[in-house]
Amino acid sequence: MTNRPLTIVASALALSTVLVSGQGQSLVDPASLLKPLAESWPTYSGDYTGRRFSALKQINKTTVKNLSLAWVVRLTAGPGGGGGGRGGGGGPEAIMGGVGTEIAGAGPANVKGAILMVNDVLYVSSPDNVWALDARDGRELWHYVWRTRGGTHIGNRGVAIWNNYLFFETPDDYLVSLDAKTGKERWHVEIADFDEQYFSTPAPIIVGNHVLVGTGNDLDMPGFLQSFDPETGKLQWKFYTVPMNPGDPGLDTWPNLDAARHGGGQVWVPGVYDPDTRLYIFGTGNPTPGYTGVARKGDNLFTCSLVAVHVDTGKMAWYFQTSAHDTHDWDSAQTPILIDGVINGKPRKLVSTASRNGYFYTVDRVSGEHVVTSKFGTASNWAKGLRPTGVVEPNPEKEATIPGSLVSPVEGGVTNWPPAAYSPDTGLFYVHERNGFNIVYLTDPDPRGSMGLGGKTTSGVGSAPSYLTAIDYKTGKAAWRHQFPGVTGGGGSGGILATAGGVLFTGDAGGNFVAFDANTGKPLWHSRIGGISNAPETYLVDGLQYVLVAVGDALFAFRLN
Amino acid sequence: MRPLLVSLLGLMLALAVRVTAQGPPPPPPGGQAPPVQGGRGAGGGQGGRGFPAQQRPLADPAVIARGKTLYEISCRACHGGDLRGGDLGGPNLLRSPIALNDNDGESIGPIVRTGRGDMPPSNLPEESVKAIAAYIRSILASARGQGSPPAGPRVELNVLVGDAAAGRAYFATHCSSCHSPTGDLSGLAQRVPDPMALQNLWVSGGGGGGRGGRGGGAGAAAAAGPNRREVTVTVTLASGEKVEGRLGRIDDFIVTLTQSDGTARSFRRDGDLPRIDIRDPLEAHKKLLLVYTDTDMHNVTAFLATLK
Repeated sequence: MTNRPLTIVASALALSTVLVSGQGQSLVDPASLLKPLAESWPTYSGDYTGRRFSALKQINKTTVKNLSLAWVVRLTAGPGGGGGGRGGGGGPEAIMGGVGTEIAGAGPANVKGAILMVNDVLYVSSPDNVWALDARDGRELWHYVWRTRGGTHIGNRGVAIWNNYLFFETPDDYLVSLDAKTGKERWHVEIADFDEQYFSTPAPIIVGNHVLVGTGNDLDMPGFLQSFDPETGKLQWKFYTVPMNPGDPGLDTWPNLDAARHGGGQVWVPGVYDPDTRLYIFGTGNPTPGYTGVARKGDNLFTCSLVAVHVDTGKMAWYFQTSAHDTHDWDSAQTPILIDGVINGKPRKLVSTASRNGYFYTVDRVSGEHVVTSKFGTASNWAKGLRPTGVVEPNPEKEATIPGSLVSPVEGGVTNWPPAAYSPDTGLFYVHERNGFNIVYLTDPDPRGSMGLGGKTTSGVGSAPSYLTAIDYKTGKAAWRHQFPGVTGGGGSGGILATAGGVLFTGDAGGNFVAFDANTGKPLWHSRIGGISNAPETYLVDGLQYVLVAVGDALFAFRLN
Repeated sequence: MRPLLVSLLGLMLALAVRVTAQGPPPPPPGGQAPPVQGGRGAGGGQGGRGFPAQQRPLADPAVIARGKTLYEISCRACHGGDLRGGDLGGPNLLRSPIALNDNDGESIGPIVRTGRGDMPPSNLPEESVKAIAAYIRSILASARGQGSPPAGPRVELNVLVGDAAAGRAYFATHCSSCHSPTGDLSGLAQRVPDPMALQNLWVSGGGGGGRGGRGGGAGAAAAAGPNRREVTVTVTLASGEKVEGRLGRIDDFIVTLTQSDGTARSFRRDGDLPRIDIRDPLEAHKKLLLVYTDTDMHNVTAFLATLK
């Protein structure tokens, strides 16, 4: 995990002091999150590195052909159905919580986030819903339902666990803590102004005694990351991703303070954590108004950037902008990946990210110094050049125009929130690459700009081939691309899992869940279960390695039978 | 009143959830799996109905009308006729935390009365201030999804900016091996009179949306004939037998097709076997997407708009 084992031990010791509060037997000591990913899956990416690389290798290039279904369960959101998951053998009554009056989205759940696996129990979420399931058979142990005030119920990226307690965010902007064993609520705290139309989808990340919480907004409100006390729910610090006051860094990249304060940069997706530097590194969302940059001329820091903040203070250590002055809603919120690598013969502590805009970046994660910029979205056509800093110069002619601008990628991007993976065995960074074209028309030429994602209309006009792409982090060049066959340009679905067994798991364009050879991209095994809706994960129970993946409301668990 | 409002909210929430469910559903029979879209629903049309500004009950129409009149007199010059900020530099009220938090003038009122920064104080009576706040809330309530402002008056936007003569020359070089202005494209601009729809149609080849937007536009089928864009496939079996038909779906593991007599067939794929040859009539269009400049595109659209 790192080339400085001594430092890591020191950090782990420092963190373990958190446990002094003494709640007896603890399910997840926060210090254990520092361990490389293996038997369990205790945080969003499995571990802090974002690699989604599991040390498990029972399922490997040789054995994967024998992978078969262990169980499948379908989850029902809301209190209906006696609380039981369909096919899961029923279950206890749902535990009701929440400050609102409404049940949103009752019916088939839509699982679009990480599933934690701790102590043989799975913790699954969809907006306003959390389930605990037996990892052996998917049987429901408890189900918690949050009554909502409203908000955008687009997805939930998962729960976090600290000692015996779970944490999740709601679309109406609460951080809710549950007892992991019973599903009973401990407390909830408001994390954003619901009137200002914030809505919260991210999975919180626990680092020591910090619960790191992002949130989202589509209405020109400033983005921020907050840290809460896992015991009390008290706010520890709040970091804004855009300048909020005169003199704030980055203000010179906006025309005025009002534009900056309405400049977006939401923290949609969890980041990664480097214990050596105690930096939490995450990607920020697009500037707003999204498509009309006329009233926010400049680079618009710190939107569409990799940002590193000190986990104890919330102070920014460095940033690197992955999309300067974005005008296409291509947020850079993708979970980055920590890589302990070698550049020009020297060991380096790096962080890499593949951005929605089709560019791949490697940066020094201690200093923020630029190392690599490359274009991995082969059809991406919005750039004019590369600055000496490694930042891509956008071509203003590719902004939305009245007669139409032919742009690749489309609004959804070359990649999106479904996470990439990295294997230290191959040295390759794996990401879905979707290449499509749309014509972007400006429909609101008002010199004040539009608002939110308004002011444009888009029309998809065709595709270039889409791939599963393996990128060399040192050069940014593709080591291989596996093209998804077909003529409609569909790309792969879901996130990616890499394992020490030399296998990648992800969805293809045809509704197959596929195991690929991590060295070559050759398909080794598949099962047509439908388009996958989260990132595959793996865990070990009773000495058996499981591979777990969601397709909407259905969870599929595979193993060697 | 209250129960009705609540159940309406519930319905709206349910609708919003339906529309925004962005996860990929199981692939449609015979089709490619839809792409995974949107970090938080890019292009998802989220409705945005679920926030307080859209949940609050509207004031009496007469109060709103009075508030509008007062707004026009006292507020418009600075905050704009559409509340998005005016010539005198007042902020956009549609994204103002004060306006968004207002229930009945309690947030907006004190600022109207005492002023703020460059904004002068007002001695309007309480009821007038509340009416102005009611008017502002009524506009906030009409905001559209994903932060889009309320629909304004229709603005005529000129898509036809290209040079038709240059477009004719480009067409002759790049398009005329497959298309003819006097043949298949004769009268095209009559069938597709809207220039934006025309541009979307010809650039996509009528192949429809792909990802990220509306399709190639109405009239696509009419423009090109019934089977013109059908993708066909030939599967050559180990025996040498060739099976031909309309392509259903292909991935790394299977190819499905429908033969001319309507028989559905599928074949397991194993690497390069059996041999698959796909004929995609839109292949040339897709390759050109990598080639066109926006100027080329606008010029060709201007030329095609002359085909009446």
